[in-house]
Amino acid sequence: MTALGTDLGAARSALTSACGDVADATEADAVDGVQPALVARPASTPEVAEVLRAAAAHGLAVVPRGRGTKLTWGRPPERADLVVDLSRLAAVLDHAAGDLIVEAQAGTPLADVQRTVAAAGQRLALDGTVEGATVGGTLATNASGPSRVGVGTARDLLIGVTVVRADGVVARAGGRVVKNVAGYDLGKLVIGSFGTLAVVTEAVFRLHPLPAARRVVTAPFDRPEEAQRLVQQVVQAQVVPSAVEVDWPAGGPGSVSVLLEGIEAGVEGRTATTRQLLGPDAAASPDPPAGWARYPWADGPGRPTALKATFALSGLARVLATARSAAADAGTAIDLRGSGGAGVLYGALPADADAAAVAAVVERLRAVCTRAGGALVVLDAPPQVEAAVDTWGPVPALDLMRRVKERFDPERRLAPGRFVGGL
Amino acid sequence: MGGTHGTETTAGPVLGPVSPEETGATGEAGGNPEAMAAVTRAVRAVLPANAVVSDRIELRTYECDGLAHYRVTPALVVLPQTTEQLAAVVRACAEHGVPFVARGSGTGLSGGALPRADGVLVVTSRMRTIHEIRPADQRAVVDPGVLNLDVTHAATPTGYYYAPDPSSQQICSIGGNLAENSGGAHCLKYGFTTNHVLGAEFVTPQGEVVQLGGLAPDAPGYDLLGAVVGSEGTLGIATRAVVKLTRLPQEVRTLLAGFASTDDAGAATSAIIGAGIVPAAIEMMDALAIEAAEAATHCDYPAGAGAVLVVELDGPAVEVEHEFAQVERTCREHGAFALRVATDATERALIWKGRKSAFAAVGRISPDYIVQDGVIPRTALPGVLRAIAELSASSGVRVANVFHAGDGNLHPLVLFDDAVEGAGKAAEEVSGAILDLCIGSGGSITGEHGVGIDKAAYMPKMFSDEDLDTMQLVRCAFDPDGIANPGKVFPTPRLCGEVPGKKRGAPHPLVAAGKAEAF
Repeated sequence: MTALGTDLGAARSALTSACGDVADATEADAVDGVQPALVARPASTPEVAEVLRAAAAHGLAVVPRGRGTKLTWGRPPERADLVVDLSRLAAVLDHAAGDLIVEAQAGTPLADVQRTVAAAGQRLALDGTVEGATVGGTLATNASGPSRVGVGTARDLLIGVTVVRADGVVARAGGRVVKNVAGYDLGKLVIGSFGTLAVVTEAVFRLHPLPAARRVVTAPFDRPEEAQRLVQQVVQAQVVPSAVEVDWPAGGPGSVSVLLEGIEAGVEGRTATTRQLLGPDAAASPDPPAGWARYPWADGPGRPTALKATFALSGLARVLATARSAAADAGTAIDLRGSGGAGVLYGALPADADAAAVAAVVERLRAVCTRAGGALVVLDAPPQVEAAVDTWGPVPALDLMRRVKERFDPERRLAPGRFVGGL
Repeated sequence: MGGTHGTETTAGPVLGPVSPEETGATGEAGGNPEAMAAVTRAVRAVLPANAVVSDRIELRTYECDGLAHYRVTPALVVLPQTTEQLAAVVRACAEHGVPFVARGSGTGLSGGALPRADGVLVVTSRMRTIHEIRPADQRAVVDPGVLNLDVTHAATPTGYYYAPDPSSQQICSIGGNLAENSGGAHCLKYGFTTNHVLGAEFVTPQGEVVQLGGLAPDAPGYDLLGAVVGSEGTLGIATRAVVKLTRLPQEVRTLLAGFASTDDAGAATSAIIGAGIVPAAIEMMDALAIEAAEAATHCDYPAGAGAVLVVELDGPAVEVEHEFAQVERTCREHGAFALRVATDATERALIWKGRKSAFAAVGRISPDYIVQDGVIPRTALPGVLRAIAELSASSGVRVANVFHAGDGNLHPLVLFDDAVEGAGKAAEEVSGAILDLCIGSGGSITGEHGVGIDKAAYMPKMFSDEDLDTMQLVRCAFDPDGIANPGKVFPTPRLCGEVPGKKRGAPHPLVAAGKAEAF
């Protein structure tokens, strides 16, 4: 039930008085095939609050959007009346270099944050895995890249957050200091919540110094067991890798790439050690290989099926082997790439793969990931595939998650249906 | 290691404007005898006799945690040995509306495990099995009562350790660490408990057993584990934890540097961090703290120092060597007049001895003291230290400063003699004013000790009503009846109401009496 059929004019005028930048949605504003009526572009946290209050008053279903680079991830929303576009909240509010923190608005492209903090020899250790991705979108999807082996993911870097609730109330949690245990850590809850709990408007992150030197050591592998052996060699050694990536394109041979960062003298020694660990075919390079920090579906034509597999480290070989053999058995092919050193791999199946074939791969891979203490999620897929697969898979503690959603968004107006269990 | 955060008494008056008794935060003894009797019966039916404590004298041994000036005798203490037993206890509490409080080793410093006079204290100390050490997966699976340092001991033969190291790590439990999001001297580089707990088996306040997270990262769904860690037992009780194991560093080096003043030591700290070095730890003590440590442990810190820094670097040998030279140089450039370097474990222990025993050592120079746990942005350090010195001078209350300088986590020790009329109140005022300084500088009221009962009254100074209401949404999702450690963390009891947004007809009796806000 949408309020818009009867009262679009009233909703539009309420939104317009809330933020002044409200337009009719076009086809380009569709959220995974669901056409919204309106797009509001608030320019500040108070404006976002006004917009959400107006949306609440008119019963509008709301989908928050950064630059829209991952808007097709997750399930399509059940309804979407209003897109709240955060691209005008694009300021780096504060970079306290001496305190190694940065505060940015949600619509700020990650690249802008990096440029700002790099001027002081610092970085936000979150990889921009998708061109143009914003702070808010990265948090909402919990996107991460190779750096996660060395410094972790958004949950390890976000120290303060400002959100606007579905009812328009502005709330903050955490703060501007890294060490802080006062109150519940709401930042953790919104990370990876796909816009279903609240709209993030501002975020404070801890920063790390930019390393003086970096080197990547890459070695080929042809069998999954070999990939696992190489990864284990590196993580069990004393080379302190910043990243341990595994790349196994469909049909081709694979490679393990290890990123070493630090001071020149140290990196040089650890590069030599890593080359020894990875065997005679290992080669060192000052730059990462092609495709670094990019998902394996990034270059595919059309809209490939995008998988995220997680597992305990010792499950790497089984996940690699199962993915490839399941794809072959289903008559399709899978590109695999990810942080083998962290237990995370991404998979890409061709855009034209048969839905039943994808479903078969998902089922077998999910079983293996689950046995290895992890999960398999279908991040994105063509509509016919999304209709045929269980996107999120079984989720423990779903009832508790539902209760959290009910408290934050009792009317189910924030991206309804996009998240696990139809939340 | 000498004294720890958790082993000494922090005697003193109740902090904050309102004592817990006045807010009803700890309940009234004999409040609901029928419900308590029913819970006791239910608990005795599922737990062995020696796991249920109801004897008045025995109960008193549980009346406080590491913050010993708050004491409440619980109505009942249970020591379950299994998840099933613990869940059965919680179910009984839920059924009869009886509050429960979880307790690990009882070393917390904010009264987070302070019992309820009308409730059950659930002690996890008999759940002490290390289930798995999985070096290939860099994980361990442990019971909540397992001691922090025992995880490291179990992992060390495989080349790994458990990184979070609160000073009480010899006696504090993983379950308590998880509840409090415990830190430690080395969290500057390695992060806090929340960065090292990947999964948990968890008993909700309804007594359901659920899995949160697991061996692998990024479990789909809301990161409930992220909300649970650091929630101080107000969302439920973890009965098993999957923790991350960290590779033992190749090299560890520790430096003790004596400075004329805290300003010099603080400038050295900023210069080290500014050079792009991430030490494992940077700790500072001022003259009064050094005096106390000397008296207690004869740690032989540089004579005449107005401040000492303990800087520890760890990691690959080449980097450590290189950066260590840089740290030494930086300290000298900022006026360090004495440097002592430890290269082996014995020398390292000697340097740390003074720092780690600092809290207990203060007992040598003052009969009573309050430990604070405020956080400030590191760059605000010189200004805040000067302001603390001014506070001390104008009030005549002595303040010894011991802190994690690298991350701005201050532990001012406010000294007083409770036998002197008004001294406790004066100390309390100084202590509160220090927290105000921390909040005013953009920091936090607690870096690692937790809010508990001790700082609940300060939460509104740091967070708006809207912030606290929003946190309360999480509480209401987990614990709508408010039976999991009620009275802790949040200043005012709030009632959850129905989902979604239905209002009850008559106001709740607590609301009518003005003791709670409906929510």
